[in-house]
Amino acid sequence: MSNQNSAVSLEDVRHVADLANLELTAEELPRMAHDLNAILGHIAQLSELDTSQVEPMAQVAEALGIAPATAGETLRPDVVKPSVDRAAVMSQAPESDGRFFKVPKVIER
Amino acid sequence: MSAALALSPEVLAKYQPVIGLEVHVQLLTKTKAFCGCKNEYGGEPNTHVCPVCLGLPGALPVLNKQAVEYAVLAAKAIGCEIRETSIFSRKNYFYPDSPKGYQISQFDKPIAENGELIVPGFDAAGNAISKRIGITRLHMEEDAGKSLHDGFADSASRTYIDLNRCGTPLVEIVSEPDLRTADEVFEYLTKLKEILLYTGVSDCNMEEGSLRCDANVSVMLKSDWEARGTAAYGTKAEVKNVNSFRYIRAAVEYEIERQIGVIEDGGRVVQESRLWNNAEGRTYSMRSKEQAHDYRYFPEPDLPALVVGAEWQKNILSAMPELPEARRARLASEYGLSTQDAATLTTDRELGDFFQQAAALAKSPKRVAAILLSEITMRLRGGELVLGQSPVSLNGLVLAADLAEAGEISSKQLKQLLDSCFTESKDFAFIYDRDKPQQISDTSAIEAMIDEVIAANPAQVAQFKGGKRTVSAFFVGQVMKLSKGQANPALLNELVVKKLDA
Repeated sequence: MSNQNSAVSLEDVRHVADLANLELTAEELPRMAHDLNAILGHIAQLSELDTSQVEPMAQVAEALGIAPATAGETLRPDVVKPSVDRAAVMSQAPESDGRFFKVPKVIER
Repeated sequence: MSAALALSPEVLAKYQPVIGLEVHVQLLTKTKAFCGCKNEYGGEPNTHVCPVCLGLPGALPVLNKQAVEYAVLAAKAIGCEIRETSIFSRKNYFYPDSPKGYQISQFDKPIAENGELIVPGFDAAGNAISKRIGITRLHMEEDAGKSLHDGFADSASRTYIDLNRCGTPLVEIVSEPDLRTADEVFEYLTKLKEILLYTGVSDCNMEEGSLRCDANVSVMLKSDWEARGTAAYGTKAEVKNVNSFRYIRAAVEYEIERQIGVIEDGGRVVQESRLWNNAEGRTYSMRSKEQAHDYRYFPEPDLPALVVGAEWQKNILSAMPELPEARRARLASEYGLSTQDAATLTTDRELGDFFQQAAALAKSPKRVAAILLSEITMRLRGGELVLGQSPVSLNGLVLAADLAEAGEISSKQLKQLLDSCFTESKDFAFIYDRDKPQQISDTSAIEAMIDEVIAANPAQVAQFKGGKRTVSAFFVGQVMKLSKGQANPALLNELVVKKLDA
């Protein structure tokens, strides 16, 4: 991946699309590159702010002043709950023999 | 040995292999890591699933408390430090057996780091040494489902997916690249499994995939290593998919030789994943896709930071059993067992527990160890039984040991009684009650036999009277023979000396 200073190339877009399992057409590729560049440009603008004194935040709890549980009080007790009916699951699967999900042939990665 | 490329020992000796291991261990919780579905091997396909482990939109994970406790216990047992606040991250990749499109794992802030295992090894001169293998980290994550590539009518064009395993709690234990030989790999895994079994966090059943191992193998020229140190490390290849320690040893051995062969031929080792094929005794490349390593980790927004406070940690660790190494040393000193016997008794926790309980009840712990390790173990092995299936109970073992110790049954009689226990699947007390050797404990009857033997052996009597008191053993033996082995040995000893002294 290119860093935020250089523009997103078509090659970058192909790579990211590949990681995301997206198939982009020849017309979509440049449009995506344009959009991504616009987004990254915006992010670059945000990056101008000095955040060196701000802790990175992945969770809102801390920001809301919620003290974390320290003894697992909020975790799930290890008790079995009923699973869902397989017939209902498989009715939503693109392809199934009623027992398994079937997917196009994959080779072990 | 693997079917490797015939490289001369001189060539092999020029290179230094460097090996690091990643071991995945399934935790023995009742439910999955992030949902209440059953965590159980097998089962009718896709019946232990729910919106969370199916990765349905909007479903939210809630971490299993027991999984955390097991992870902490396992981590401490291998000497790791616990990170009080650890973070779950998403590891992004597409594969059909992971329906969310990412695996919940831990990345830069794992729950535990900096552990170690001490394994037996050899120094450069070939002397046996203890070697420290560093453990970089232990982190929590979830297992993927299972892909079935073969066995169905349309397997040529379809892969079948079973998501029962998806979401099973795992710990991944990553070693430092401190291992140097395939044998060290084997020893490390053996020790790790032994410790994990003691803690009870996993059954470590390799056939069922509860313990899985990937090995990162690279080689470098020793001369290069001496000149540049870790900067000389070669490109590593990852050997995957090996389901027994013996095969891992063979796979690592093969891979070391393969890489040396590549370099000797002027080639370059490629960073890739390789599968071990046991039938062919070789590894082969799983089409290398460099981009597959771009996992784009980021903090899991659906899970808060995991905090294992000091108090909770203390509670968890109160369940820490005595670990094999410590138990080994204690059994040897406390009961006077040989190092070998202490080691054998502690290879699994169940056997050690069984011994300790019996030793506490019996008159002679050493006798218990002797009978358990020879007579019982031999018969279990013969019948392909595990200890839990032994017809001889704890009390049966104690009774047998006490009788043998007191000299009330001979070792030959003990063997016969145990044979009956195993052929009839009956406990020792029952068999002993029924078949107990008819012992003659009647003083006058024994005295009569002693008189008879004394009368028949005047020369030996004279020897005894002349001061050679050890001759009494001769009389004991003769009387025992006369009684067809049924004279009470303790009583007989006493009476022989009394008679001879008379």
